Amino acid sequence: MFETLSDRLNDTFGKLNRKGRLTEPDVDNAMREVRRALLEADVNFKVVKEFVASVRERAIGQDVLRSLTPAQTVIGIVNEELIAVLGAEQVPLNTPVRPPQIILMVGLNGAGKTTHTGKLAVHLRKQGKNPLMVAADVYRPAAINQLQSLGKQVNVAVYEEGTKADPVEISRNAIRFANERGFNPVIIDTAGRLQIDQALMQELVQIRDAVQPSEILLVADAMTGQEAVGVAEEFNARLDLTGLVLTKMDGDARGGAALSIRAVTGIPIKFIGTGEKLDALEPFHPDRLAGRILGMGDVVSLIERAQEQTDEQEAERLQNRMMKGQFDLEDFLDQLQKIKKMGPLSQIMEMIPGLSQQMRQAKAQISDDDYKQVEAIIRGMTPWERRYPERIDHGRRRRIARGSGVERQDVNRLLSQFKEMQKMMGQFGQMAKKGKMPKNLPFDL
Amino acid sequence: MVLKKLFRRQAEPDVLLDKGLEKTRRGVFLEITRLFDRSQIDDELFEDLEMLLIQADVGWDVSQQLVRELQQRIRDERIVSPAETREVLRLEMIQLLELASRNRKVKILQRGVPFVILVTGVNGAGKTTSIAKLAQYHKNFGRSVMLAAGDTFRAAAIDQLNVWGKRLDCPVIAHQQGADPGAVVFDAMQAAHNRNVDVLIVDTAGRLHTKHNLMAELQKLRKIMQKHVPEAPQEVLLIIDATTGQNGLVQANEFTKSVEITDIMISKLDGTSKGGIAFSVAKELGTPISYIGTGEQLTDLAEFRPDTYVDSLFFGEGEGF
Repeated sequence: MFETLSDRLNDTFGKLNRKGRLTEPDVDNAMREVRRALLEADVNFKVVKEFVASVRERAIGQDVLRSLTPAQTVIGIVNEELIAVLGAEQVPLNTPVRPPQIILMVGLNGAGKTTHTGKLAVHLRKQGKNPLMVAADVYRPAAINQLQSLGKQVNVAVYEEGTKADPVEISRNAIRFANERGFNPVIIDTAGRLQIDQALMQELVQIRDAVQPSEILLVADAMTGQEAVGVAEEFNARLDLTGLVLTKMDGDARGGAALSIRAVTGIPIKFIGTGEKLDALEPFHPDRLAGRILGMGDVVSLIERAQEQTDEQEAERLQNRMMKGQFDLEDFLDQLQKIKKMGPLSQIMEMIPGLSQQMRQAKAQISDDDYKQVEAIIRGMTPWERRYPERIDHGRRRRIARGSGVERQDVNRLLSQFKEMQKMMGQFGQMAKKGKMPKNLPFDL
Repeated sequence: MVLKKLFRRQAEPDVLLDKGLEKTRRGVFLEITRLFDRSQIDDELFEDLEMLLIQADVGWDVSQQLVRELQQRIRDERIVSPAETREVLRLEMIQLLELASRNRKVKILQRGVPFVILVTGVNGAGKTTSIAKLAQYHKNFGRSVMLAAGDTFRAAAIDQLNVWGKRLDCPVIAHQQGADPGAVVFDAMQAAHNRNVDVLIVDTAGRLHTKHNLMAELQKLRKIMQKHVPEAPQEVLLIIDATTGQNGLVQANEFTKSVEITDIMISKLDGTSKGGIAFSVAKELGTPISYIGTGEQLTDLAEFRPDTYVDSLFFGEGEGF
């Protein structure tokens, strides 16, 4: 939906390239694009202002003016600065002097606190710990049931006292309970609240004072807009946050909110939530987030999506078949299905870096509807035909065309394209044998 | 307090919350007021205005457009007073929202045919709470309401809807967690028919618009509904959290492509966010915004009106409804 920064910078500098020399106003134009890209990624406007100022300073100092590839130079600087602000190193969870380790989860309504309480418990148990989840959200209907249900799913104990009890009391009792039974760490799930809700914010302060947590994590939605700063500032002022969990990063939000929160409060981003499954919790990678904020391709996510769809053995079997030139239409159809499951084609292509320039063109050429036609044609074939496409004669072609509702030349085109593809794969196979090509071709993408 | 009058018509007074709202809201009103509180119109005014709009999540493109058009009109109409400029801006913003509101279809509730509302949105947008408010809204008109627990994925989503059902005294059609939402909808459609229900509200699991399979599931639900009632779902509602930034536009776009969203509801407007995403959605997609949600009480739902929206969120005035 939004153009990427590299596209825009290429446009900006492209016009100037013919002129041969860049001037300071040209850099200002580029900075305008940087500013726009960040605002479209929902980075807070105050943060953007400071950020752009420091990028501008470096850009002029680093001779963008004389650079042969000014767009790349600017993007390089922006990227480095982003990573610097986001925090280059991984910050682990705080370990308290005295057990148990107490983690307090706070945030707005619907940010994903309860789900991430569950995810964090799974994560900690993988490290050999014995976590306890505490249901201190007594307000939202069935919030306690939700935590209990999660607990059952992942086999983690849940402490609750129903909806009539006081969240401060629940938390205090939960710590006592954990100490008696040897649970450590203790993760307290609190109710979602607005940062301006005085009564509920006070309740959080009381919980904090009662249990002295070693970790207070703000759970924030990656889709949050400009208000992310106001929210984080207020929670931080009241509670002294120790970290941020950025949720719903499996969507396509650019996640500029994380940059804002980090820049304003200085709290480290500790985890990224990347899916609905309870193991979808990842440590934070500043470079990946920086690329994403800039709308640059996200290859890692692409590969992850591909991995969701294929298992390794299957991929290896397929690769062997390709190398030997045995790849048939049956395999091809199978691959098509997998790509389809990864999402609409246009979206997949947006994730491939460097493709964006030509993307709009390519988008016009390949649409999801073309897929459908190819699929229909292959489905119109018998298994024998799919296995030996080279033996499909005229009569069969006519039948396939009629059966799949296309013209005969469509069938012809598919078959000749597929023949080309097979030939190419065969060549790759030969080259791989001679060691000219890397062994793992990304064909299973 | 203006907002309370506008949005929380039937709500109990809540002194603490009101004070909180007042403080943060006033911040923006003051800034907008201060912006036009000067002797003449200069470039700085427009720069500051653009920033204020962006701060409200209106988005780069629409902010630019609003400011450019404002400048144009001031030049064409030789407007010199800042107060007049402010009024032009206000009208421009209202007009932008009205463009989309005009697309709102008049919905007719027929006797004997359940009016089916399919409620969709990303995770955590506030679907289930909004459904409860929507149920209350229709009950206020004397309609019988049934709820369908189509979110069979999230832990305890069914319990949550059941709790609301009990409070509202509405029947809830539900299966087990992990069941096929299609089956729930099938049963609910049949039950709605048999019990002669006026309005059937179908909850769905939160889904990010990038999840292709889950979006396809929504289309399936639609087909199942149409087996019973050809024109169902008469309302397909997308819930967008007011705190959402520019991704809200992408959400609206993707959901519209998959399930033909008929109406949008902006939820959680009781926070500090201005819900500026409404402007991008109205301009780019033209999908009408029909409701706003402002809190956790059953009565915290209002019909969307462009003038009151703009006045209460941006200009701090107006006595609507």
